Amino acid sequence: MKLKSLLAGSIVSLVLASGTHAAGEVNVYSYRQQELIQPMIDAFSARHDIDVNVIFAKKGMLEKLMSEGANSPADVLFTVDIGRLSDLKNAGLTQPANSAVLDQNIPSQMRDADSHWFGLTSRARIIVASRDRVEKGAVTSYEQLADSRFKGLICTRSGKHPYMVALTASMISVHGEVEAEKWLAGVRDNLARKPQSNDRGQVKAIKEGECDIAVINHYYLALMLANPEQKPAADSIYVIFPNQEDRGTHMNISGMAMARHAPNRDNALKLMEFLASDAAQQMYAELNGEYPVKNGIPLSSDVRQWGDFKRDSLDLDEVAKHRAEASKMADRVNYDG
Amino acid sequence: MERARARLHYGADVWQLSVAVAAVVAALPVITILGLSFSPAENIWPHLIETALPRYVGNTLILVVGVGVAVFLTGVTTAYLVTTFEFPFRRQLEFLLLLPFAFPSYVIAYLYTDLLEFSGPVQGLLRHLFGWELARDYWFPEIRSMGGAILLMGLVLYPYVYLMARASFLEQSPHYRDACRLMGRSHFRTFLFVSLPVARPAVAIGVALALMETINDIGTVEFFSIQTLSVGLFDVWLNMNNLGGAAQISMVTLTFILILIGMEYSGRRKARFYQSSGRFTPTDRVTLAGGFKWGASLLCLLPVLFGFLVPMVVLVGNSVAYFDQSWTPAFRSYAANSLFVSLTAAICCTVLAVMISYAKRLHHGNVLLALSRVVSMGYAVPGSVLAVGIVVSLGWIDNSLDGLFRDRFGFSTGLLLSGSAFSIILAYVIRFMAISIGNVDSSFSKVSTSIDMASRTLGYTPLKTLRLYHLPLIKSGALTAVLIVFVDCMKELPATLLLRPFNFETLATHIYQAASDEQIERAALGALFIVLAGLIPVILISRTISSSRQLSRRPG
Repeated sequence: MKLKSLLAGSIVSLVLASGTHAAGEVNVYSYRQQELIQPMIDAFSARHDIDVNVIFAKKGMLEKLMSEGANSPADVLFTVDIGRLSDLKNAGLTQPANSAVLDQNIPSQMRDADSHWFGLTSRARIIVASRDRVEKGAVTSYEQLADSRFKGLICTRSGKHPYMVALTASMISVHGEVEAEKWLAGVRDNLARKPQSNDRGQVKAIKEGECDIAVINHYYLALMLANPEQKPAADSIYVIFPNQEDRGTHMNISGMAMARHAPNRDNALKLMEFLASDAAQQMYAELNGEYPVKNGIPLSSDVRQWGDFKRDSLDLDEVAKHRAEASKMADRVNYDG
Repeated sequence: MERARARLHYGADVWQLSVAVAAVVAALPVITILGLSFSPAENIWPHLIETALPRYVGNTLILVVGVGVAVFLTGVTTAYLVTTFEFPFRRQLEFLLLLPFAFPSYVIAYLYTDLLEFSGPVQGLLRHLFGWELARDYWFPEIRSMGGAILLMGLVLYPYVYLMARASFLEQSPHYRDACRLMGRSHFRTFLFVSLPVARPAVAIGVALALMETINDIGTVEFFSIQTLSVGLFDVWLNMNNLGGAAQISMVTLTFILILIGMEYSGRRKARFYQSSGRFTPTDRVTLAGGFKWGASLLCLLPVLFGFLVPMVVLVGNSVAYFDQSWTPAFRSYAANSLFVSLTAAICCTVLAVMISYAKRLHHGNVLLALSRVVSMGYAVPGSVLAVGIVVSLGWIDNSLDGLFRDRFGFSTGLLLSGSAFSIILAYVIRFMAISIGNVDSSFSKVSTSIDMASRTLGYTPLKTLRLYHLPLIKSGALTAVLIVFVDCMKELPATLLLRPFNFETLATHIYQAASDEQIERAALGALFIVLAGLIPVILISRTISSSRQLSRRPG
């Protein structure tokens, strides 16, 4: 009996899932994790009375969009880094979203010149170091991570992860392939352990004494500080914004684009404009600890406390261009091995 | 005359046709991927061969051999003990040994990492006892390693072997063993030279299934940062943006799998032991004495302890602690979704498998055999690659259909197939067809062909023969197939992630959402539900196996 009612329930939910044709809806394909965008989506739904349907997936989204072609239900695409945004544009899966609001709220270096994609938040790839074991000023740049004095002291996640690949790609565009590869091999020689886990895991490893220095995205630290269980680990390290004396700290963006065949264009534009608005940008800052792209939005208190810093102004397209080479480089130096 | 009638009978061709249709459907996504592999964005092989490929292949081999040895030893030993000997708690253990099967390997990897990593309770206690502070103060085995992966995957995959070997030991006529013992051979030699060879086809299927799982695993190896072929595949696909290159790697994986399938088939050909299960007599178990008795209990307890009890305690603990955050109204719909798609897929798989196996029985032919292997091929392809194959081929069908209807009738059909849960069910069926075919084939192979001949002599059609004689005999094999496929579908993650329609979450995708931030605690309840749902059919099947044994003992 129970099984029957469960089945009946699931058939109903299947029908609902495949056939929602409410008056106001917008469909989102998201590379970003649900946790990090659901609050903004809920706020949008509440304000505009528009249902937001989302598929979260990291793998195969591009192929799905391509094969759905003109019949694709996707309206808006969310991504976690510049690489994906340029992939989507290059594959012809996006269309320009012309909106005075978007142009006004998002600085020009944070969006595509043809209005195909828009950055929503930016994040700094920071260095963190143990409060107890690393003197202040001992490390100040990405380049120094390859110094032999840090042998056996450094932790990072996989060299093939998009965040690490983007950092290597930025090294390629600054120093050229040969020097960048020497650098990556140098960092590999300094690793305390085989690259593993995610950015939070690196902070934990410092707390536990497995390593002294790690490279992470800044907002993970903010999220850890807000989580009572993870706070002790976050408290055991201090923040270093690298390369303040020269080009500045490597930045990446999370962003959005309007799908080429968006069936709900008006609602899609509404959602995109909402995400670039003060209200949503503030949520990104407060809840996720990210840097909002819109100027004048207050940062979360933890992030504010780390202070102002110089950001690398390197063109994001430049980073995207060197991505494939950076990934191969990680293979060549056997970074993850 | 009977033979002429059978050939004239329309039904005979339906069997062949069904195999052909199933093969086409199953092959479509695989062929799509094959097609993709001819058009890579860039030729990745010079780079791969020079750098990562030896590592990928080497690690995959080590993992496969390690897990193979682990599941073989664990599965066969425990299956033989519980079927042949009598020892304390034997009946309970016989059932308990199935339970680790309910754990997805990625869940057990998360759980043990939580337990054994630096900040976990085990090392915490050690530090407290010995006054250590930092990780560099002492040595502790690293759980995130090749050894850890082999052990953990072995722990949850050995039930494949146990299930198959146990069924085989139970179905073996005790006369062989008795004869061997009468000739003065030890239990061990009897096992080695009589029971094991007879069970070999079944054991081979179990090991092959476990190893296919191992090769396709991405959750555990990614979490443990072990660079296997599937890790490499995703790297080439997603980081190097080269789906074609990834498809080529999946062809390397496919080769591995085909070798496994080939091994299994040849094993079966060499060892054809017909048994009429209708004449099954219960084995008289040998009662073990003294220390051996408790040794047997302990041996059977170990896999249960580490593969089920310990992770279960952690899971239940976390589920209780985070119950309020986890138990939401949405949760029940996730569970219902999981149950619905998995059950539908499991039943479809098994029905198809029976048709295909039966077709092979009716018409011995290389074409049929080849087709049935094509149907099994989906198992060789990692879930998300298969999902891309399905996405691409269904998208093509949908858009062609849509174009046709627009041109002829002036309306749009939209995405008929790819926009619904149909695509998930299709993915499961294609992915897990090999499991149901393996099980059903092995059951059919034990039914003596003289039954078919007798039935034909009586003038029965193939369908009637199937219904009257074969189905009752292969029932337990078919139920095993339903069980295994069901549990596998409940755990399946990568294909589900990509193929699900809007707002459609299953328990596996729900766990993934929570665990992707290493917030395993919040995923505990979801994982617990997968495990519990996996338990229901485990219990069901263990009951049915024993009751069908009793039934078949009746003269008839």
